[in-house]
Amino acid sequence: MHPAFSVLLLTTLIGAGQGLLLALYTGQVYALARLLPAQGPDFYVGGSLLALVLLVLGLVASFFHLGRPERAWRTATQWRTSWLSREVIVLPAVLGLVALYGLAHALELTARPWFTLAGVLPVDATLVLGLLASLAVYALYVCTAMIYASVRFLPEWHSPLTVANFILLGMASGFMLAAAYAAWRGAPLVAFYGLWAVIFTLLGLVTRGASLLRRGRITPKSSPQSAIGVRHQALVQIAQGATAGSFNTREFFHGRSPQTLRRVQGLFLLLVFPLPVLLIGLGHGLESPLAPLLAFGVQYLGLLAERWAFFAEARHPQNFYYQGVA
Amino acid sequence: MTQLALVIDLNVCVGCHACVTSCKQWNTSGWAGPLADHNPYGAGPTGTFFNRVQTFEIGRFPDTETLHFPKSCLHCEEPPCVPVCPTGASYKRPDNGVVLVDYDKCIGCKYCSWSCPYGAREYDERQRVMKKCTLCIDRILDQSLPERERQPACVLACPTSARLFGDVHDPHSAVSLAIRERGGYVLMPEWGTQPANHYLPRRKTRLHIDPDQLQRVDNPLRREDLTTYTGEEAVDDVAW
Repeated sequence: MHPAFSVLLLTTLIGAGQGLLLALYTGQVYALARLLPAQGPDFYVGGSLLALVLLVLGLVASFFHLGRPERAWRTATQWRTSWLSREVIVLPAVLGLVALYGLAHALELTARPWFTLAGVLPVDATLVLGLLASLAVYALYVCTAMIYASVRFLPEWHSPLTVANFILLGMASGFMLAAAYAAWRGAPLVAFYGLWAVIFTLLGLVTRGASLLRRGRITPKSSPQSAIGVRHQALVQIAQGATAGSFNTREFFHGRSPQTLRRVQGLFLLLVFPLPVLLIGLGHGLESPLAPLLAFGVQYLGLLAERWAFFAEARHPQNFYYQGVA
Repeated sequence: MTQLALVIDLNVCVGCHACVTSCKQWNTSGWAGPLADHNPYGAGPTGTFFNRVQTFEIGRFPDTETLHFPKSCLHCEEPPCVPVCPTGASYKRPDNGVVLVDYDKCIGCKYCSWSCPYGAREYDERQRVMKKCTLCIDRILDQSLPERERQPACVLACPTSARLFGDVHDPHSAVSLAIRERGGYVLMPEWGTQPANHYLPRRKTRLHIDPDQLQRVDNPLRREDLTTYTGEEAVDDVAW
């Protein structure tokens, strides 16, 4: 498949933004249980704003993938059957909940709990909004991943591993960003966020590695024989019905050599997994505020390469009709 | 229920591309706006087409055959491109089974093209929407045309009548008869899309000569009675 840059940006930016919200809320809950030092409202307001910026940038990038973005409102109508439609509904919901979560912190609603649960847990607006936002974030991860995982014609994507990858890699980059954000603000949460970022990164390595191995074992369901209905081992395409290519020869091919794909796969395996983990460890040892920032930057670049490879890896059955390009 | 479809006879298709050009001519000048071309007369011409003829070579030299293969939307009975559309622009007409795109609702996200294993959908760069074969819906339902012309442009243009058009759900229609009696098959049946369009296979016409065709057993010039007579009563004499 052709990796459109708008989609690469969309999925990586909102993945990191969603992960950042989860990190903020996890930090808040841990602080409530007195497992972490509590942070002032500024920390959460700034964090929510950062998450919001990433989500909005992702949304803006997605519009560049549409031919008619002015009609995008129509996409909310087919949620019964289309995962793309579901994503379009959940993404604004996440945006709204993250904004409300930040707003509730800005208004210092934590100081005014609604009620106290079991006599120990004061429940306030931020806690409820954070929970709703977290649920919406997970729903958005699933919707985004299912857009790809539900296309049964692309066996490389049609797997639960796709959903696992989107969730784990998004959370890894989000917690990495939270560690960088905490380091930048001088909050004592760098080790906590860094540790979870490393855990999600390693879990992501397991699932992404598994999908890479799985890709090598896939036998395509279709063949040139079933494509044109002729039973002969030797079928060679002579003409594709277009002088200089068509939509079909552009949309379904990455247009690079197989070696390039292998290099990009090697690159993301390096940039997404070992390097950020090393940098986080290094930052912890040296107590450097720069290392977590660098770790996030390296991992984000790696995730762009990962998404590029994710598209380039997928082989569409329509390519049997365009063997000259394949 | 009616399911309109094409049946394409690969046995008589000569790969002349008349269906391609007539399709382009009709559909680029119709109510739905042009099928845009880029660089039509320059280097690297490309554009939107509903129908293309591809050519395949079967076998290895010197035992090769050429297959001309017209390819357009198959108007699947279970169209996988329809449910994935986020706006409802893609739909299958309930009255005649034609799969269509509402160009006023399409946002050009190209998601439907990912969900078509046949590569039947093309993105129009100028109108910025997804396009596909309409079975010339504006011809076949136009009551002002003489009945003979209420057929897709490609069918009318085909000089060898390789393209048949009709209702594949009517067991007595010409298309159903052709599918039933001439081995009609569908493309990529493994996906369960149940394409409405069918293809008729190429058939070899081979000359087979039996030895008795060269040496007739009932040669009227052959002398039949080989008995030598020496004046005795013949069988004929006894009979009389």
